[in-house]
Amino acid sequence: MKIAVCIKRVPDTETRVRVASDGASADEAGVKFIISPFDEFAIEEALQRREKAGAGEVVVVALGPEAAQETIRTAMAMGVDRGILLKADAVPADALAVAKALAAELRGGGYDLILFGKAAADDNSQAVGPMVAELLELPCVTSVVKLDMEGANGTAQREIEGGVEVVRFALPAVLTADKGLNAPRYPSLKGIMAAKKKPIEVKPVTLEASRLRVVRLEQPPSRKEGRIVGEGPDAAAELVRLLREEARVI
Amino acid sequence: MAAILAVTEQRCGALRKVSREAVWAARQLADGLGGTVDALVIGAGGMDVAVADLGGAGADRVLVVADASFASYAPDGYAATVAEQAKRGGYAAVVVPATATGKDLAPRVAAKLDAPLASDVTELGVEGGKVTVARPVYAGKAIQRLVFESAPALVSLRPNTFVVGRAARAGTVEAAPAAGCAARVVVTETRAAERGALDVAEADVVVSGGRGMKGPEHFALVEDLAGAFGNAAVGASRAAVDAGWRPHAEQVGQTGKTVSPQLYVAVGISGAIQHLAGMRTSKVIVAVNRDRDAPIFRAADYGIVGDLFEVVPRLTEEIRKARAG
Repeated sequence: MKIAVCIKRVPDTETRVRVASDGASADEAGVKFIISPFDEFAIEEALQRREKAGAGEVVVVALGPEAAQETIRTAMAMGVDRGILLKADAVPADALAVAKALAAELRGGGYDLILFGKAAADDNSQAVGPMVAELLELPCVTSVVKLDMEGANGTAQREIEGGVEVVRFALPAVLTADKGLNAPRYPSLKGIMAAKKKPIEVKPVTLEASRLRVVRLEQPPSRKEGRIVGEGPDAAAELVRLLREEARVI
Repeated sequence: MAAILAVTEQRCGALRKVSREAVWAARQLADGLGGTVDALVIGAGGMDVAVADLGGAGADRVLVVADASFASYAPDGYAATVAEQAKRGGYAAVVVPATATGKDLAPRVAAKLDAPLASDVTELGVEGGKVTVARPVYAGKAIQRLVFESAPALVSLRPNTFVVGRAARAGTVEAAPAAGCAARVVVTETRAAERGALDVAEADVVVSGGRGMKGPEHFALVEDLAGAFGNAAVGASRAAVDAGWRPHAEQVGQTGKTVSPQLYVAVGISGAIQHLAGMRTSKVIVAVNRDRDAPIFRAADYGIVGDLFEVVPRLTEEIRKARAG
């Protein structure tokens, strides 16, 4: 079983976002970067599938700056065999430009399964996975919370509002992983040591011109100052009055 | 003429609320560009298009694709049908709701049309003949403003964000063809969640519990409060989900869902930055927490400082009284 996992380097989710001096991007100074959290579910699924099969290879592919090598190393410390960095100075807002570069790398790679995280924690487009599937003309299931494979046939559950859809597909396929699919492992010390010796192939890519231009990045409008209605259960009646008469939400 | 295509969404033959939001948003674009709105309805037939009054939300035409294989979401068939219609109509923009279905569908359509896509958009406009959007990034910690440099512009809209006004248009119903295509994936079943309840991303009221609930057994308090509102969904913080107290489908925050209800009630949630990111666009925020210095109170419009085990039952009682009276 040969599995590709496409991962993204993103700012830690506990980070505050500051607008950079260009007014259109986030200031990266002093920011800690991590593997996008949903990508960890994809990596874990790939590792478990390889372990179950008893053979195979798990390859991570990241599109991003030179520093994304660290992100790839973290995935390798979890147990991924090798990495490919599609080196680009910046990741554009046009998800299709990113998908085309990834598809070009994955096409002809002989992958049985191509996994993505459901969404990247920075731009949250949820678009690159299904776009890659379309470009490669492969079956695709997004937001997978449960996966059963029997040989080349799979049944996935994908989350929808208030329930799940059960979806059948056959390999090779593209899946995007949601929280709940598995519990991602932490890199072991042994894994961290082993990761240092694993190969990363760096391939500079030229992305198609972005047809979506970022005009501005702004801080969200600040909420107006709230107030403490009171203390303890006796404040409940006053709160309900305010919700009804002032906020008019009940 | 710059026509706009609004893709609607149905479940079990009934058009979902987001359908009118998509049509209304498309109307705003059409007015900005000087064009018309086509609403696309895809299903197995017998859809109650009239009840939804898509003309009243701004559709000049309602194109109905009825095909036996489209009763539930068929990813490949829906994508091919939308893409074919988009090509036929030569639209300046295609608007899709950013629901579970729309988030799966829109990128497929974008790839088929070789067109750029802006996902989960919260504002839409026209400047100098170009479509512009705003969308929350970093789970709402920042807003990104974008301009489309090519057409068609594909846009998916965050549900519950666009307030549908009144636009009296004809909404003339016409049949449209399904695109023939091989289904690479097949949806065999749609299962309602066990609780069968409203989804946090769509509810008008969300009541969420956090670490302060101290255990899964106490979430009955949160459920009772949600029940008192009548139309509320139960949510949870990452701490409560990671502890295994609640299903991940209920998680609100950066690695869960982003919600924008009319009213968000945070019970026993301290207000970690990744949680605040997921609910800060709620219209009104209420917090109940015993720690007066908890960050949640800085995000909240109204707060009660106190023991949630005393405050919440009383609040439930007061809400019931208010709604009954």
